Parts: sequence; structure tokens; C-alpha cells
Amino acid sequence: MIKVENLIKKFDNKLILDNISFNVDDGETLAIVGFSGSGKSTILKIICNLLQQDSGTVLTSEGDIAMVFQYSALFDSLNVFDNIAFALTERADLKNKFTKDELNQIVKQKLKLVGLSGIESKFPSELSGGMQKRVSFARAIVTEPNTILYDEPTAGLDPISSTLIEDYIVRLKDETHASSIVVTHQMSTIKRTADRVLMIYKGKKVFEGTPEEMLNGGNNYTKQFVTASLQGPMQMLAE
Amino acid sequence: MSNTFKTTATYHLIKLFRFQVEDFFTNLGEITKMTLLTIFYMLKGRIKWKEVIYQCYRFGVTSLPITLSIVGMTSIIVATQVASEMVKQGGENFVGMMITMLIIREAGIIMSGFAIISMIGSSLASEVATMRVTEQIDAIRVLKVNPIRYLFVPRVLSGMLMMPVIWVLSSLIGVLAGSFASNLASGLSYRAYFDSVWYGIYIYDIKVNLFKAVVYGFSISLISCTFGYNAKGGAKGVGIATTGAVVWSFVSLVILDMIFAVSFFF
Repeated sequence: MIKVENLIKKFDNKLILDNISFNVDDGETLAIVGFSGSGKSTILKIICNLLQQDSGTVLTSEGDIAMVFQYSALFDSLNVFDNIAFALTERADLKNKFTKDELNQIVKQKLKLVGLSGIESKFPSELSGGMQKRVSFARAIVTEPNTILYDEPTAGLDPISSTLIEDYIVRLKDETHASSIVVTHQMSTIKRTADRVLMIYKGKKVFEGTPEEMLNGGNNYTKQFVTASLQGPMQMLAE
Repeated sequence: MSNTFKTTATYHLIKLFRFQVEDFFTNLGEITKMTLLTIFYMLKGRIKWKEVIYQCYRFGVTSLPITLSIVGMTSIIVATQVASEMVKQGGENFVGMMITMLIIREAGIIMSGFAIISMIGSSLASEVATMRVTEQIDAIRVLKVNPIRYLFVPRVLSGMLMMPVIWVLSSLIGVLAGSFASNLASGLSYRAYFDSVWYGIYIYDIKVNLFKAVVYGFSISLISCTFGYNAKGGAKGVGIATTGAVVWSFVSLVILDMIFAVSFFF
């Protein structure tokens, strides 16, 4: 469960998030959409404690929060095995908890889950963008998190890789029953992965509903977003 | 403030000065904070020795050719100019002593420090800055691993361990290079040179400089990691962080050198 109430965040006196509230239930996926710079990623960073909000509250279920970063953020000096096992070998409370064989087994299992068996010894620079993203999925879920945050998981990927990533998001939700938030611009990601959609414009919530409601009308904001029209309440050029 | 004044050069100069002052104190504050945190985690233990050994190799072994060359050449430059003059003035029995004292007390450590800053400090800063701008440091934090313990402690510790080794080796090379240069420049015999070398070596100097080397190693690694850690933006941010790390490391080395000179040799 993720419960966000009256979230306010400013950067250099500029209001980025203006009184944002929403809930995500266990096993539910919420897609957050909006223009670049509208504050979507800031919400994720506040939820996983990378940023501190100016006011408002964020509550999550007990347990780990995982985040899949926009450009994977794999540790380029470590191979795939060490990237995935990172939390298990470096975290104070998990270090020395697993034997070498157990670590091998966990990493293999996570790699199998994202369809990448046998690449443990490769370095991130040897992998394609899509493969890096899948390794970052495996790294994120290695601690069995209750909350998974995806920051533009399909950005920069070809359509087939995007579909594959979207399938993994759904699969992970089914297998882990974690609460998930997907920040995205892509309609396909919303349609395939989201149970509900939240739209943000200039830091304010302008729509919340199901993907069907968004696609079949919604409001003027969602209409403009879905049709990718320059005409509507959202003025990008004026920014 | 009137709008007319805001368009003047004076206003922009004041604004620039204010920005520089703010920037200076922000950096100073960050370095102080990271110094305290790094010392705290070092004392708390659970050090990754495997990573420390790798960083020691990087800090000490990969930088050795350049540090030895720079200190050796500095010694040659000094010896070439001074030895012939001293021999002319009848001071041939003091050439070795003078070169040794110069290398052990000052040139060996400061020139090694400068070489380490340009080679290792810049590399540390750009590495950590790249990790920052590619969200790798954010990933470390999300995975609940302490980035100071993971990134700073092994790097800073390796600097503290390797800088004294670098100083000892570079001083040896400096004294040897001084003997060759003195011989070539003034015909001073190796025997005369090395007979006086011993008069330039004081246990006190060695103790002080070993301590100084540890402090230099700490300072260079810590400042470089701190600037990298606080990098912002993309490639430009990495460049700014690396430049900041090099400039601050250079200045801090000179200031520390002055403090050591005043504290131990005044």
C-alpha cells in the first residue's frame, strides 16, 4: 500500500508538486502521466526517500521499496551478478545472511524471471538498453520489495523491447503482489500495465481514474494528452 | 532595488561575487560534513578490504610512474642549477644533504601530491560524479546501502595508506636523480654526494612527513569524492565537479603544507 497525502515540493521557490494526494492498494499499479518536468519523477523520489517533501505525508507498507530507474542505473564497474546481488552483499542487515550458493541461486532465479539466464559475468556496457533494463528489474526485486517504482521504464526502447518490459511489469505485479507506480509518457504502457491513472500538470493533479476512463473521454487534459494535440489546456510552448 | 541598477555591470559583479562566496562556503560545508561522516564510518568498522586493496592498487600502483617521474625530474632541475654553483663556492660536501633535505621535507611530498591530484583525484571525482549523474548513487541509496561507507571509505582509506608509500618511493628516486644530475652538472663524485646525504635525513622529518602524507592522501581522496558526490546535471556537471575537485585539492594541499611547515618547522 502507498498512501500519499497533500504532498508539496518546491525547488528554488518553484512549486513542483502542489498538494498531491493518492492511494495505491496492494497488488495495484498506478500510472502517473504528464509532461516532462511536471513532477512525476519527483513523486517517486520522495516515496523512496531520495528527496524530502516540503510538506505532506507518504506512507508505504512495511518492507522494501524498489525502484527501476529511467536509464537502468546499473553499476558499471560491477558485472550482472554483482549488480543483482548488490543489496544482499552490501546491505548492513542482509550482509552475511546468504551463503555463496544461496546467492548464486537467488541471482539465477531473478535472471530467469526476466528472461536473461546465463549473463551473470557480463558487464552493463556489454548489454543492450532493453537487457540493462531487465537486469535492473532483477536487481530491484532481489529483496522481495512490497513497493516497486518504475521511472519511465520503456523510455528509449524499441516497441518490442517496450512490450517485453510492460509484460514484466505485469508479471512482477502478479508474482509479488507489490504496490507499483509507473511513471510513463507512453499510452501502450498505461494500457498494458496500469489499473489506475493519475495525471499531473504543473504540479497539480488534473485527472485520476482508470485507463479506460482516460482513453474514453476523461477531461480536457486527458483528451489533449491522448490525442497528442497542441490545442488544449496544457500549454507546453508557453513554459 | 531599482530596475536600472539591476542592468549595471556593478550589480552583476556584486551578484557574481555573492555567488562565488556562497559557492565557497557550500563546498567548505560539504567537505567538512563528508570528512566527519567518512571518519565516523571508518571508525565504525565493517570496511570492505577487498575494495580497499583494489583502490590502493589504483591510487598507488597506477600513479607510480608519473609521481616518480615528476619528483625525479624536480630533483634533476634543482640539482642541475644548484650543484655546480655550490661546488664553485666550495660547498661540494653539502650538495647531497641539501638535495635530500629538500626532497624529504618538501619536494617529494608536494610534487607527488600534485601528481596524484591530477591523475587520481580527477579520476575519482569524475567516476563518482558519473555515478551521481547516471543515478547509480540514487540506486545505492534505494537499495539501502550507505553510499559514504560504500564509496568514500575505501577510496579515502586507500589514499591514506598509499600516499606515505608513494612519498617514500618518490623521495628515494628524487635523491638518486639528484646524484646523477649533480654528477653531470658539476662533476661531483657520487661518493661525495652520498656521504653528505645522511646529514640531510632526520628521523623527525620522516615522522612528520609520513603523517603529512597520510593527511594529504585523506584530503585528496575526500575532496575528490565529495565534489563527485555533489555533481549535478549531465556531462557538464561531471566536468564542473572534476575541475572543482582538482582546484580545491591543489589549494588545500598548499594550505595544509603551510600549516605543517608552521606547526612543525617554525
